Amino acid sequence: MQEVQPQARDTRALSGNEAIARGAWEAGVAVAAAYPGTPSTEILESLAGYPVADVHAQWSTNEKVALDVAIGASFAGARALAAMKHVGLNVAADAFLSQSYIGVNGGLVIAVCDDPGIHSSQNEQDTRIYGQLATVPVLEPADAQEALDLTRLAFELSERFDTMVVVRGTTRLSHTRSPVRTGSRTAPAARGFLEDPRKNVMIPAHAKQRHVAVLAREAKLKDYLETAAINRWEPGAGEAARVGVITAGTCYPYVREVLPGASVLKLGASWPLPEGLLRRFCASLERVFVVEELEPVIEREARALGLAVEGKAFFPRTGELSPELVRAGFEQAGVLAPQARAAGWAPEPLVRPPVLCAGCPHTSSFMAVRASGARVAGDIGCYTLACLDPLRGLDTTVAMGSSIGNAIGMAKAGDVKPVIASIGDSTFLHAGIPGLIDAVYNQANITVLLLDNGITAMTGGQDHPGTGRTLRGEPAPRVDYEALVRACGVKWVRSVDSYDLAAVHQTLREALAHRGVSVVISNRPCVLDPVKIKGPVLQVQDAYCNACQSCMNLGCPAITWAEGTFEGRHKVKIDASLCIGCSLCAQVCAVDCIRPAAARVTS
Amino acid sequence: MNDADLPLRGAPSAAPAAAREPVNVLIVGVGGQGVILVSKALAWLAQAHGFEVKQSEVHGMAKRGGSVFSHVRFGAQVWSPTIPRGEADVLVALEWAEGLRWLPYLKPDTGIFLADTKRIVPPFACLARRPGAPMRYSRETPAQVQEHVAEGYAIDATGMAEELGNERVSNVVLLGALSRALDFPEAQWERAVAEFVPKKTVAVNLEAFRQGREWIERSRLALPQAQAPAQPAASGSNCEVRLEITPGWCKSCDICVKLCPERCLRLNAERIAELAEPDKCTGCRLCEWLCPDFAIRVHLDPATAAAGEGQARP
Repeated sequence: MQEVQPQARDTRALSGNEAIARGAWEAGVAVAAAYPGTPSTEILESLAGYPVADVHAQWSTNEKVALDVAIGASFAGARALAAMKHVGLNVAADAFLSQSYIGVNGGLVIAVCDDPGIHSSQNEQDTRIYGQLATVPVLEPADAQEALDLTRLAFELSERFDTMVVVRGTTRLSHTRSPVRTGSRTAPAARGFLEDPRKNVMIPAHAKQRHVAVLAREAKLKDYLETAAINRWEPGAGEAARVGVITAGTCYPYVREVLPGASVLKLGASWPLPEGLLRRFCASLERVFVVEELEPVIEREARALGLAVEGKAFFPRTGELSPELVRAGFEQAGVLAPQARAAGWAPEPLVRPPVLCAGCPHTSSFMAVRASGARVAGDIGCYTLACLDPLRGLDTTVAMGSSIGNAIGMAKAGDVKPVIASIGDSTFLHAGIPGLIDAVYNQANITVLLLDNGITAMTGGQDHPGTGRTLRGEPAPRVDYEALVRACGVKWVRSVDSYDLAAVHQTLREALAHRGVSVVISNRPCVLDPVKIKGPVLQVQDAYCNACQSCMNLGCPAITWAEGTFEGRHKVKIDASLCIGCSLCAQVCAVDCIRPAAARVTS
Repeated sequence: MNDADLPLRGAPSAAPAAAREPVNVLIVGVGGQGVILVSKALAWLAQAHGFEVKQSEVHGMAKRGGSVFSHVRFGAQVWSPTIPRGEADVLVALEWAEGLRWLPYLKPDTGIFLADTKRIVPPFACLARRPGAPMRYSRETPAQVQEHVAEGYAIDATGMAEELGNERVSNVVLLGALSRALDFPEAQWERAVAEFVPKKTVAVNLEAFRQGREWIERSRLALPQAQAPAQPAASGSNCEVRLEITPGWCKSCDICVKLCPERCLRLNAERIAELAEPDKCTGCRLCEWLCPDFAIRVHLDPATAAAGEGQARP
């Protein structure tokens, strides 16, 4: 085998997210904003790695603000990018739908990453439908190379057709690394602010005119897409060539893997669709299938054109597709002969749900919440995991910031239990503040448990206005939660040390006893970010452990059963490599047998 | 399996150079173990040899102790970034039960199973707490796995890493073991290791790599070289737990209710302690010991208690 050759400078392995960032940078993006959300988070993190002089990259408080920032930059004549996960577009939808009428000055691209299969989300909505709704083109890369190329193209199309352009990714695109040929940055000439109130100010008189312009734009886009190179007709070979497949995005490689000989219409834009091309493709083939993840967007449109395509009858509408599912679909459709597969040995898999980290400051909060017997409206973040055994500390979780509004509704509906809203710091800044003001205004009798761990933890530790640092790690003003909460009109606010279990219990009790809105702020930082915390570890003095299981109620991954038993129950042990020394287990130990490891035997 | 069947040395079963089909390596483990590092190093190496490489992972919950997997495919042309079920040439597991979970992805006739015997027991496995209740961790032993895979290795990589003084390098021990199944020159594997591990730990990681590689070379007899994962101690019997509460002595202090680990006590309408959920009571005696008024007594089946700790009743 030959020696390793140095990498050609212009080919490198990039994830889909890194490639989107690279494409935006090459296209001369000057302003980029996002709120972190799996699987889109690394787009902005990656952009922040490019020179400050090229691009201003920032975390915004939420996706709507991020889009508004990008829109503002476009107004000012700069190329701009907003990135978000699929549900983030719901937050930004208000601006998104109106901006469609306005169009762009500087190119404006929104990277939206869907999560088919719900790897880390609360639903699996299909962003392409937003493209239809807003009459905005949606480009769908199939791999990292296309992620770069289509993002670059998106900026050109944006300016050429006076429209925002959506680049739609999926978890599979975002988190798959493959070789990418990169190019250099070509910054377009500065455009300056375009003063045109009839285009930029959406009052009814202007908007009526703009809606007409939007439809004309759609027609032009369709014409362009009839012949655009990104919509690729790949003729088939052999017997299978009589079967046609229309597909886009990350479904394309599955189709090529499973049905190498088929004729494929690979759409680079899944909205709008080129009618003439679809008709010609379907006319040339015996059977045509649409293979697409989630909703039958292309299938419905093709059928509306009177084309006899097949699709969701064979390929599931839920979850993520895979080569196996695509194969099974074609087998069911009679295109592929059923493949005889010996059933392999499949031992019953271990149940391993994600858990809060060892030493997670949320743990004590949910121990206290559960002991309080309150009704708990939860929110989006790591702490949503507290709905599982053994913490079992929350009753509902809907969407970012919903907890406080939900809690108000529960209290007003007369729930017999006291009502708590539990919400993380980043989520509170994202969408929780209007809910809190609403609670004060409407004099709801609720307690808000603000879990301030000083980071956006769930997505891997991103900064936000409460951390005192920007996306690029520079110092920034820091939100003072107590002052903010008081300014909203809350009279009862108290901070508590998350690692002092008795104090957390007592503070929550007092908060629940207060009539009106009370806010408890638990204040220990995340154990992973921005710095990994490791304190002196604790150890179980095995001889004294009575296997009462009190510490197991923490759900701490560092605590597990030891080999020995007491009266038939498992004793416990602490994994020193995971323990960070938060001492909660020692605080709940009824026989005081959990001690710092260093002070094992003292005289 | 006898020695002649072992594909090591000279005739790797997953020889990338000769492969027309992509070579599929599935790397699995638990969040924080370094699954992604192993797959990045492999992908880098394959790409350096001119293969098309796709490496696909799903993270997000990864840091939260959940199960983590990374698909690495390389060859002249690779379409799908994920490995179809039954198509993995090598399954590398950094944790025992995670290896078992992904077994159906291994090629039935030729797939190589390479797993650390390290057991990371999730809190979820310890929910049944009554006397004698078993831990819900995978019970399959390396010997059983060997019967069902073409070629399998259970390696105490974590133990080897601990002996090197750094438990975290267990992933690189496994990378070393993997290096014997894929035909890339040893020096280039080591370069890949050095490329991706933290700069301060290059030396210990290279040592871990060599030990993993040597372990596979030594371990010509496939499986039970490394110790089998220990089975959790569990007695097969359930003893009867009975709470004797003397209402006249209870002064409604609530201590037992608040401190019961199973949260199975409550104060009744007369504010006297009662066992609300007898099925949950494990007989841990905390209520008995903590009651200031001696109002609670816990009775365990005496036969079980006499049988000794963790022993099955005859």
